[in-house]
Amino acid sequence: MLRTSLLFLLIAGAAFLAADISITTFDPWFELKRMALGLVTPDFFSLPGFGRALFNTISFALLGIAGAIVAGFVLSLFFESTLVRLFCAFIRAIHELFWAFIFMPIIGLNSLCGILAIAIPYAGVFAKVYSEIRQESDQRPAQALPAGTSRLNTFFYTTLPIIYKDLKNYTSYRFECALRSSAILGFIGLPTIGYHLETAFREGMYSQAAALLYCFYLLILSLRFWARPRLILLPLILAVFFTSWDASISLANILRFFTYDILPWPMRAEGFYAGSQAISLQPVQIVQWLKDIVVTAALPGIWNTILLTQIALVCTALFTLVMFPPACRKFYSRKVTGCAHIVLVMLRTTPEYILAYIFLQLWGPSMLPAIIALFLHNGGILAYLTARNVNLMQLPFDTSRKRLNRYFYEVLPRCYGQFLAFLFYRWEVIMRESAILGILGIYTLGHFIDSAISDDQLDKALVLIIITALLNMGIDTLSQKIRRSLHISAHFVARSSS
Amino acid sequence: MNMSLPQPIISLNGEDISYSGSVALRDISLSIAEGEKVALIGRSGVGKTTLLRRLYQLRPKESAFVHQHYSLVSQLSVFHNIYMGRLDRYSSLHNLRNLLRPMPSHIEEIRPIAEKLSLQDKLFSKTGELSGGQQQRVGIGRALYCGGSILMADEPVSSLDLLQGKEIMALIVGAGKTVISTLHSVDLSRQFFDRIIGLREKTIFFDLPAHQISGDLLAELYG
Repeated sequence: MLRTSLLFLLIAGAAFLAADISITTFDPWFELKRMALGLVTPDFFSLPGFGRALFNTISFALLGIAGAIVAGFVLSLFFESTLVRLFCAFIRAIHELFWAFIFMPIIGLNSLCGILAIAIPYAGVFAKVYSEIRQESDQRPAQALPAGTSRLNTFFYTTLPIIYKDLKNYTSYRFECALRSSAILGFIGLPTIGYHLETAFREGMYSQAAALLYCFYLLILSLRFWARPRLILLPLILAVFFTSWDASISLANILRFFTYDILPWPMRAEGFYAGSQAISLQPVQIVQWLKDIVVTAALPGIWNTILLTQIALVCTALFTLVMFPPACRKFYSRKVTGCAHIVLVMLRTTPEYILAYIFLQLWGPSMLPAIIALFLHNGGILAYLTARNVNLMQLPFDTSRKRLNRYFYEVLPRCYGQFLAFLFYRWEVIMRESAILGILGIYTLGHFIDSAISDDQLDKALVLIIITALLNMGIDTLSQKIRRSLHISAHFVARSSS
Repeated sequence: MNMSLPQPIISLNGEDISYSGSVALRDISLSIAEGEKVALIGRSGVGKTTLLRRLYQLRPKESAFVHQHYSLVSQLSVFHNIYMGRLDRYSSLHNLRNLLRPMPSHIEEIRPIAEKLSLQDKLFSKTGELSGGQQQRVGIGRALYCGGSILMADEPVSSLDLLQGKEIMALIVGAGKTVISTLHSVDLSRQFFDRIIGLREKTIFFDLPAHQISGDLLAELYG
């Protein structure tokens, strides 16, 4: 474990030297002061269209998750099949924002686009986790049923009651994530709260931005009161009725997307210039086209994505190791841990995309804002989880009175394995986000995908999205391998509350 | 009872002892003199551990404690687990250095203890990889390294077989100072201790020299 940790530290150090890290804005502290002022003077009353945005944020998340639960559950039943497993790994390796990019040209920037962008990757996640929960559950009650009991009856009488609580906890945690996804979909133009946040930040209206952020925190805090199995049907029905479904979906458009828009440009070029939509097969040019994409976009994108991921991963680890003790009763009094919890929950609630956006405004485009955003958000989550685990630990009553002694001799050796498991779980998440943060102007894969979309090069964008997905799947596999070789696992603890 | 013995180093006078909010033991009076070997026996849940912890609180500086569970860090080496007996004697920085790279001076101190406990070959093995008996010996090693004039042990042999139990018990009693231990086994108590305190129904049922403990008394204690 120590050797693996040092290796990652070394890689991050090398990546740090290779990465572009700088502050390019003229007077970052002036803007920071204005932001801080905004945070203490939130303005809740001059937000036009804010109610609608809040409604959309909730309804996209709710409907997206509902779809994902159904699709994910069905897929989880067939998870033994390698094809289904690969399919699920692929759809969840593509970030919500990239799914939105894919649906935009097909169905436009509307509710359906937002809902599908959430539903599809989350379905992939649910399929995997639901099937894992089912496999790891206690099988004995099912085996003890009389021979000849049907599979359906077995499921409803033994399996489901056993795994219900795990399913519920995980699903409700994911609903919170979906709200974050829904919010940031606004940053690329969908009508959620992120749209207004982006506007407010861009125009320097920090009091409005603060009000929006506070509303988002309140929304997340309110989840425990209404996001319950018994109550959720009402908001779900409301969401179905009040979502604006007026999307001009034309079959021709969809067909055109799949049979024309995403074909490699060389196949369309001749017809395009001739004014027709004729397609021609040009093997040599297609290879050249692919090579161009790889050399000019994919390789630099992958390089920067990996640099950012590795730096952010190690910074997340260090932040966690420093930040969990204050949130932990083994080290501090209830007063301190209470305050630390509030800070950690705020970090966990703020999407890294929004954090990165704010820091970019402050310091200008370089990897620095992205690194800080990634480690604050992910470190907040991991510190919270680690503190909770350590609280369950039983230390001898005659343990050292000095915090540092307890930290290094008693606590750290005991919790390090699980901490690493959590961290490796986040690895893939951090990579997905690293790619996405390119949209904000650093040269990770998201940047090249975003540029291709704005240049109307859907073929190029799709190739890059697929490459990004494959990279994520690679990291996911690698993370699994490392976890297995170190014999560490995080199980449900990590999933249902990370 | 023990009024004839000089200088009690531990004494309680009619004390009620509570554990996590509720009274676990009532009206406890006892005094223990230097050099005594005292066993605490009684049915499980009667409050033996609670009493032992209370005794520890009376003399935390002079006492070393051998725990039943949870005290060893299975991820660390035997050396480090034994070293933990003296964490509070050194600065945190010193301890951190010793964690990263065991210092020769501390190895010199700890090696004889490990030899005494037949752990010399395992000094730098991970504690979690040792057998139950070996782990219990590491716990004793920590208490020995911690030093002090009183050794307290909480069910030190409960997870061991009889033969190993006797070995461990001999080590604990032979540590040569005042020894107070809770025990499950009446036989071991009689064999290794000169005074036995029986707890029953939240209070002291008897407090007698070991040779005066009769079968009837024990039957009543556990009955």
